Amino acid sequence: MGITLPDTVYQVLTPEGQVVGEVPHLPPGRMVELYRWMVFGRAFSDRMVALQRQGRMGTFGPLNGQEAASVGIAAPLQAEDWLVGSYREILSYFIKGVPPLAIMEVYRGYVSARYPWEARCLPIQIVLATQVLHAVGLAMAIKYDGKPDVAVGVCGEGATSEGDFNEALNFAGVFKAPAVIVVQNNCWAISVPRSAQTAAGYIAHRGPGFGVPGYIVDGNDVLAMYQVMADCVARARAGEGPSLIEALTYRMGAHTTADDPRKYRPEGEMEEWSKRDPISRFRKFLLDQNMLSEQEDRQMAEEITTEIQGVVEALESRPAQDPNQLFDNVFETATPQLESQRSEMLLRNARTLGKE
Amino acid sequence: MAVITYREAIRQAISEEMERDPKVFIMGEEVGIWGGTYAITKGLMDQFGDKRVRDTPISEAAIVGGATGAALAGLRPIAELMTINFGLVAMDAIVNEAPKYHYMFGGQMTVPLTIRAVGGGGRQLAATHSQTLDVIFAYFPGLKVVLPATPYDAKGLLKAAIRDDNPVLYIEHSLLYPHKGEVPDEDYLVPLGKANVMRQGSDVTIVSYSRMAQISLEAAEALSQEGIEAEIVDLRSLRPLDMETVLDSFRKTFRCVIVEEGWKSYGVGAEISTRIYEEAFDYIDAPIKRVAGAEVPMPYARNLEQLAIPSKDDVIQAVHEVLGIA
Repeated sequence: MGITLPDTVYQVLTPEGQVVGEVPHLPPGRMVELYRWMVFGRAFSDRMVALQRQGRMGTFGPLNGQEAASVGIAAPLQAEDWLVGSYREILSYFIKGVPPLAIMEVYRGYVSARYPWEARCLPIQIVLATQVLHAVGLAMAIKYDGKPDVAVGVCGEGATSEGDFNEALNFAGVFKAPAVIVVQNNCWAISVPRSAQTAAGYIAHRGPGFGVPGYIVDGNDVLAMYQVMADCVARARAGEGPSLIEALTYRMGAHTTADDPRKYRPEGEMEEWSKRDPISRFRKFLLDQNMLSEQEDRQMAEEITTEIQGVVEALESRPAQDPNQLFDNVFETATPQLESQRSEMLLRNARTLGKE
Repeated sequence: MAVITYREAIRQAISEEMERDPKVFIMGEEVGIWGGTYAITKGLMDQFGDKRVRDTPISEAAIVGGATGAALAGLRPIAELMTINFGLVAMDAIVNEAPKYHYMFGGQMTVPLTIRAVGGGGRQLAATHSQTLDVIFAYFPGLKVVLPATPYDAKGLLKAAIRDDNPVLYIEHSLLYPHKGEVPDEDYLVPLGKANVMRQGSDVTIVSYSRMAQISLEAAEALSQEGIEAEIVDLRSLRPLDMETVLDSFRKTFRCVIVEEGWKSYGVGAEISTRIYEEAFDYIDAPIKRVAGAEVPMPYARNLEQLAIPSKDDVIQAVHEVLGIA
């Protein structure tokens, strides 16, 4: 019924920055904004890794190499739309309105009472495709309420082997939910290559199997990603149902700060993908189009460094969490049992402090 | 007061809550056209339409996970699992996701989700479809687990669960569906986390819940003929657990028998008896006794299945033992 297997990779810019497709109609200022987010994302990721190495941050999954896909996912969304990502989508979250400080707080273990709910991004958890079910549930609720919003669920290619991913896609199709499901195929699930996750040529082929159109996009091409995402969001908003997007990208860093990709990646692969770096590709385009100058680019990088430093300082000026909080929010209203455990703990804590 | 069945009480609770609040909807396998495998939702699709009474694919993780997403968006879903045994394939959604959002993210969001499922044995449904898995779910902070034993509680607890802002797992017992009891005509709630003294007595406290509370009640009537008056505490909720009511009763009777359909090891009896030892040691007059299911996968053969499930006689014998009657 008109849903066919996608076989072409949608691209607007070649790795060399040549225009080969239709450039989305965005004002130059918006183009530069997208670029700035990409640069910001990489700088933030690098800083998080550095902080982790110094023992100032929890385990963190760098997003380097996936900036174009991350920006393209979030940039076409409206304020009322929902975005539910994995731990690799923090850059998408920034664009949607989650402040970088809120994300740093999460990774430092602060209970995120200041997490901005109005950004409509479900808080990040380290789960595999579970979040896609929640995104589809949000989309079903949007439809139930007759609202014009869209819910976007994102996961990596490794998570597509989970039952949850396939159940989510099936539910989205059956209930014609206003959902866009995006897979960031970054070639590696920790040390397991994409070829070991599925025998299918493309993960986007899974879509038509569930009656959901699938699209393959060059995930390192921010303009291509933006356009396909915008089209799928528009489709969902118009009541035409869900879509599946596979963004072909590459994880340039480790899975997280807890592993070392040099131990499992074939030699030369990283070098090959470096030539397709999403940031340098888009920079070339912006410079060629005179939307950005070398000097503006350098200045932008400096501003970003300062901005991130400010976030780190704000984070580190926060006092440790109040022990009293341990029992907060288990239930919406604390039960007597929890209150009695809280009193016991506080007493124990006071005794320990007294001995010190 | 009308006399209705446990099944009808559940149906009324769903119907009345859907009537009261347009944000309440139900989804699950066979809940719509067929009206539920146990006929709980019969007629609801005609009454509310297929948007609010939704047949789903056979996909438990998506039923609960999708309902969790819908709850985060502000709806109040009732996710029906055909049986609690199928909850095992949705374990992650039930225990690892829905109960954690509120805590992990600083109380910013609530998950007003009700999961309904039927549990228990006694219908010759064999090893994989007859289990009592209550304690597995009750293990997790953040998830309320309630199990009605009477039509009154079936209705009041379900209404309270639907209106509660926490995820609540509501487990029915299939052998109780035809059970009749009085239910008020007006709207009422049974608070989640409050036990109920089903029967007053001064000689022994029987702590139980769900169908075993009814079995205990039958045992108590028989014991009464011998002059033994058992007090029955129906827990109604495994989390939160109302130990106050149990301890108040125990401090009066000094003797206790705990009756559960599930396996004895790591069970409700283990929890309750330990709490009594911790909190009322000085009141103990006799070793506490546990009556529980045989620790085997549920047999299919009728006679063997009956042997695997605690009976009225098992309860009577346990009461005799704690009272020192040979």
